[in-house]
Amino acid sequence: MKKTMEIRWHGRGGQGAKTAALLLADVAFKAGKFVQGFPEYGPERMGAPITAYNRISEEPVTVHSNIYAPDYVVVVDDGLLETTDVTHGLKEDGAVIINTEKEKETLLPFLHDYKGKVYTLDAKSISMQTLGKNYPNSPMLAAVVAVSGVMEQEDFLKEMEASFRHKFAKKPEVIDGNMKALELTFSEITKASA
Amino acid sequence: MAVRERLSGNEAVAYAIKQINPDVMPAFPITPSTEIPQYVANYIANGEIDTEFIPVESEHSSMSAAVGASAAGARTLTATSSCGLALMWEELYVAASNRLPVVLALVNRALSGPININADHSDSMGARDSGWIQIYAESNQEAYDNFLQAYPIAEHKDVMLPVMICQDGFITSHGVENILLVEDDLVKGFVGQREPEHYLLNPQETLAVGPYAVSSYYMETKRGQRQAMINARRVILEVAERFRAMTGREYGFFESYRLEDADYAAVIIGSAAGTCKAAIDQIRNTTGKKVGLLKIRVFRPFPEEEIATALAHVKAVAILDRSEMFSATGGPLGAEVRAALYQAKCGAEAVNYLYGLGGRDITVDDFCQVYEKLEKIAAEHRITDMYDYIGLRGV
Amino acid sequence: MISDRINESSPWQDITEGNQIYEAATSREFCTGEWRTSTPVWNQEKCRQCLLCTPVCPDSSVPVREGQRTEFDYDHCKGCGICAKVCPFGAITMKEGK
Repeated sequence: MKKTMEIRWHGRGGQGAKTAALLLADVAFKAGKFVQGFPEYGPERMGAPITAYNRISEEPVTVHSNIYAPDYVVVVDDGLLETTDVTHGLKEDGAVIINTEKEKETLLPFLHDYKGKVYTLDAKSISMQTLGKNYPNSPMLAAVVAVSGVMEQEDFLKEMEASFRHKFAKKPEVIDGNMKALELTFSEITKASA
Repeated sequence: MAVRERLSGNEAVAYAIKQINPDVMPAFPITPSTEIPQYVANYIANGEIDTEFIPVESEHSSMSAAVGASAAGARTLTATSSCGLALMWEELYVAASNRLPVVLALVNRALSGPININADHSDSMGARDSGWIQIYAESNQEAYDNFLQAYPIAEHKDVMLPVMICQDGFITSHGVENILLVEDDLVKGFVGQREPEHYLLNPQETLAVGPYAVSSYYMETKRGQRQAMINARRVILEVAERFRAMTGREYGFFESYRLEDADYAAVIIGSAAGTCKAAIDQIRNTTGKKVGLLKIRVFRPFPEEEIATALAHVKAVAILDRSEMFSATGGPLGAEVRAALYQAKCGAEAVNYLYGLGGRDITVDDFCQVYEKLEKIAAEHRITDMYDYIGLRGV
Repeated sequence: MISDRINESSPWQDITEGNQIYEAATSREFCTGEWRTSTPVWNQEKCRQCLLCTPVCPDSSVPVREGQRTEFDYDHCKGCGICAKVCPFGAITMKEGK
């Protein structure tokens, strides 16, 4: 892993992109990393485009600016591609991960000739298969872990399981589904590389 | 052993409040400080602390209630930001002149107008003359550590002044970072109990607080406040030393980062100091140029002589302000640091830049450019951009 | 008395922290009666002890003992004349000077 990995999230207010960024910070922290998870704040409105960021490092991170040249970009809503230049500044040895039901080829025109890797994931389908509901956060989180290698997949699964056991102490029946969503994402994402 | 955690700046300050379990917290919500009273209210509702929470109808009232509670003898605090601080204006001065050790968790946000919710220092810099001690943080860790040190400073018998613990809105208040927390029992031992000498709820003593002072008393009163600020210098360092002994983390009036051998220095307050440090490492690693940073922690009392001494050897210094004061000659930090350099007959070229107003981002590259400018200024002994805005559109 | 310790010639070091006053009823030490340019005179013959004068006095200068008003407190009476105005029996008259 590089000294500091920088990740930018694009989503819409209320979709959980900020929560996902904070979850990634959380799980990376538990795996012993130095982390930052922060949203770019404006007047928040449901549905408005929002950006959130992560820095994950082996060393303390002091930089407090936004991220302009990320290693990875995660797009939680493919509808943003038409209005937001999601690959802006994205490093070419990095990757963009897009949550979509569409064929990858139909999205490429929106990526401004981005030369790096493009991953698509149908997080909704994975979530529906494993949880019966559309909670795209867990699959997207697993996808960014798998693609970036920010932490070992095993460590990630271990930390997430502990976190689910804590969070769903009164609903243990949903833990399995959530874990399956992560595992299914790991197997899907390896097939999704450009 | 310290407790390893990851918290936002607001969570960290709320956690410090929980550990201290103060007596009274009147508060009124305003972005981005709202989470602090919200978390504290949760702690109270869950029975984790027994702080008396007073929901008030404005910040004018929250500081008024804080003044009353503190005069009654209670360990008191509130939290606010921006226009909330502006609405407290009158009571800020009252708390200070009444010598009440109130603590205010300030989450810095730009003042209106235009209305804006993001970080700059116009709120606290506007209150710099109110008689409050002001301590600023670069990170969540520092916001937490500073908060733990606030009451021991404020309530010291030689000080008895209110303390503002400042952190940058959203940048640290809402950003999650690694943090080391101090164990509850250590915090309790460090912060102790408030033991007021005089207080309104003391049945053994009659007491009047806040009397009118005619001109034959007002100036002597102000001189007393000034003495408390002078004493605060010593006490701030004593408390920092006690904190170092407990945690190993060192604090002073300011932090010098790679400044000892620096030719070119920046002086800055708050979260952007961390970004500046990254620029310094990058410049030193790639070019070997000697660049450094002086990060102000304590702005009130102002450590004038210490700053001048720390900067005595540099060729050029850029003082970076995160608030306008419309003197049309610079910002408040610039004015005071330049005065300090002049008084010490320091030969460094000094420029004063403004950055980050209303939350405008400042990057590692921006700092690299500042150091490039300083190198040019030192070489040419000529300053053509004394009062520039960093990241401004248009020339 | 606090005014022995803190007064208009006290150096700043002697002023209490926050101007706090650690005694009650210190206004008694301040003789506002010196300001008086006209003085109420109480005619005990005409007075029916209705006590209307007591509550209207802004300076608490109509002392009441055992349910009866007594002589004015001239140390603090500023001579405003409200008591004379309110008396239904003409028992208080104002005279020029102290």
